[in-house]
Amino acid sequence: MRMISFAQALVEAQREEMRRDEAVFLMGEDIGYSGGSFGATAGLWEEFGAERVRDTPISEAAIMGAAVGAAIASMRPVVEMQYLEFLPYIDALVNLAAKLHLMSGGQILVPLVLRGPLGAKGGNGAQHTQNFEAWFMHTPGLLVVMPSTPYDAKGLLKTAIRDNNPVVFIEEKTIYFTQGEVPEEEYTIPFGQADIKRRGEDVTVVATGITVRRALNAARLLARDGIDVEVIDPRTLVPLDIDTIIESVRKTSHVVVAHQAPKTGGVGAEIVAQIQEQAFDYLDAPIKRVAGLDTPAPYNVELEKKALVYEDDILDGVREVLA
Amino acid sequence: MMEIRAFEEASLPYFQKPGHGSHHPCIGHEAIEAAIGAVLREKDYLFGSHRSHGQLLTKGLDPKLIMAELWGKTTGYCKGRGGSMHVTDWSRRVLPSGIVGTSITLAVGAALAIKLRGSDEVALAAFGDGAANTGAFHEGLNMTAIWNLPAVFVCENNGLAVTTHFRDSTSVERVADRATAYGIPGRTVDGTDPLASYDAVSEAVERARRGKGPSLIEAMVPRWKGHAAWDRGRYLTEAELEEMQTRDPLPRYRKYLIEEKVLTVEEIESIDAEMRAIMEEAVRFAEESPAPPLTKEEAIKYVYI
Repeated sequence: MRMISFAQALVEAQREEMRRDEAVFLMGEDIGYSGGSFGATAGLWEEFGAERVRDTPISEAAIMGAAVGAAIASMRPVVEMQYLEFLPYIDALVNLAAKLHLMSGGQILVPLVLRGPLGAKGGNGAQHTQNFEAWFMHTPGLLVVMPSTPYDAKGLLKTAIRDNNPVVFIEEKTIYFTQGEVPEEEYTIPFGQADIKRRGEDVTVVATGITVRRALNAARLLARDGIDVEVIDPRTLVPLDIDTIIESVRKTSHVVVAHQAPKTGGVGAEIVAQIQEQAFDYLDAPIKRVAGLDTPAPYNVELEKKALVYEDDILDGVREVLA
Repeated sequence: MMEIRAFEEASLPYFQKPGHGSHHPCIGHEAIEAAIGAVLREKDYLFGSHRSHGQLLTKGLDPKLIMAELWGKTTGYCKGRGGSMHVTDWSRRVLPSGIVGTSITLAVGAALAIKLRGSDEVALAAFGDGAANTGAFHEGLNMTAIWNLPAVFVCENNGLAVTTHFRDSTSVERVADRATAYGIPGRTVDGTDPLASYDAVSEAVERARRGKGPSLIEAMVPRWKGHAAWDRGRYLTEAELEEMQTRDPLPRYRKYLIEEKVLTVEEIESIDAEMRAIMEEAVRFAEESPAPPLTKEEAIKYVYI
């Protein structure tokens, strides 16, 4: 099968959906001529023009508020936030997008996608290096997608654009240039279906986004020592496919949950809580969270790595739960 | 105007007791609200604020169903899920929002949708003078201006942002002056004068409908009732309160209608009595309507579709 990058997969998903539905349009900072800061809209301005691939001023509050206004007025906006760390958009996302359906007693639909980069790129400093996906997960009314491969990114983004709920689509920054197999033919991936990225018998590693790749690398190294790791990628945090995770836990009885985000109050904490609620009796050891440190990211690239999660951290975590 | 006043006076006392939700009366704002409703077509969008009852009534909503929503009942427009700041009838394209300034960016987006769809509707945002100091105001006006969108911004300037005076919070004499910064028309109008308000709103809406872009209107209005039902207005002097009450839009327009022989005193009194009867009936309807089923399942209905 052909290989394309994660960014190219996003471009393809948006191109196909824009061709399919005239209500779909894009807005964001530098997404037109320059194709987006990470190339996720490359070539779309050329094909669809400046009306439907809309460069905006640096006005994150207005971008998000206007996206909600357009969504409730029969359009399907896809917003690229240049960095999801540019936070003035949060008010319109949380106070409008997530709530209008409920507050209107079901009258209003908010079919929009907010997508963009989150997390570390290496030496971007603390403001541009954050993983607050738990905030989105903790906001009822939002669907939250966090893909780990180009294949998943394309299929999930197409589903997100067609969904009638507001969707936050998280792209970790170092993931854009990773390559993966993506078929030429059209497909979508439903929300709420975790993917077992590697089957194993000894220990379950639940990982999200870029951390899935690192968990798979760790699993290959552990296999040399005869440790058979199962790697599960939830793919969507809301809805969360806890059933697939529980099924795996019942088989392996050992669990590591891994992500880049700070450990305290992170997505991992929620997953661990649900596992103990539903499969406590199957566990042979306490569940280990392998997560980012509770700190704003330090600038020095090597020091930044210490605050984040790499293969070695996952290896240590797995060995600890099996010890 | 009389309908709005009657609605507020009928409902407000219930929210001055403990245990009820919020209620931000728009007493004093009736003339500009009536003008907005008279100008807008049914398919035009109206995005309102936390002080929204006049905006709802002027868009033609049924007082009974608004009242029932204020009471949190299933018969309300939002089935008891919205409350005073969120009464919505999307079939009439009216949506208030309780976060100050958000009506502005919602109107930007609806106006963008209108432009992309190539239709001839207009999106109007109504907000207070407090909203003129939010980032949403400045970002929103700039965005509509650069994209030449069919939007109208109506700042109902009652001189008070909760308890803070306009003069202590705003860098310019007139909110309308800020239009210059975004290269769009801005004008200040007496928001207690329904005819002047109608002219201003009509001009701006028609301009937007003709594809000439957005405008800013500042409608000067009094607010002698508190910010919300709980508010006793201690930050106002007696003289300030009295001055604001002299600007009550209702007696003035009544006098005009009688002098111009549009209506007689009796006719006006009859309309007033009719409105008060409608609102009494609306309160009764709200009180007698059923609450939503009080279950966990009901509490999470409408989170997602």
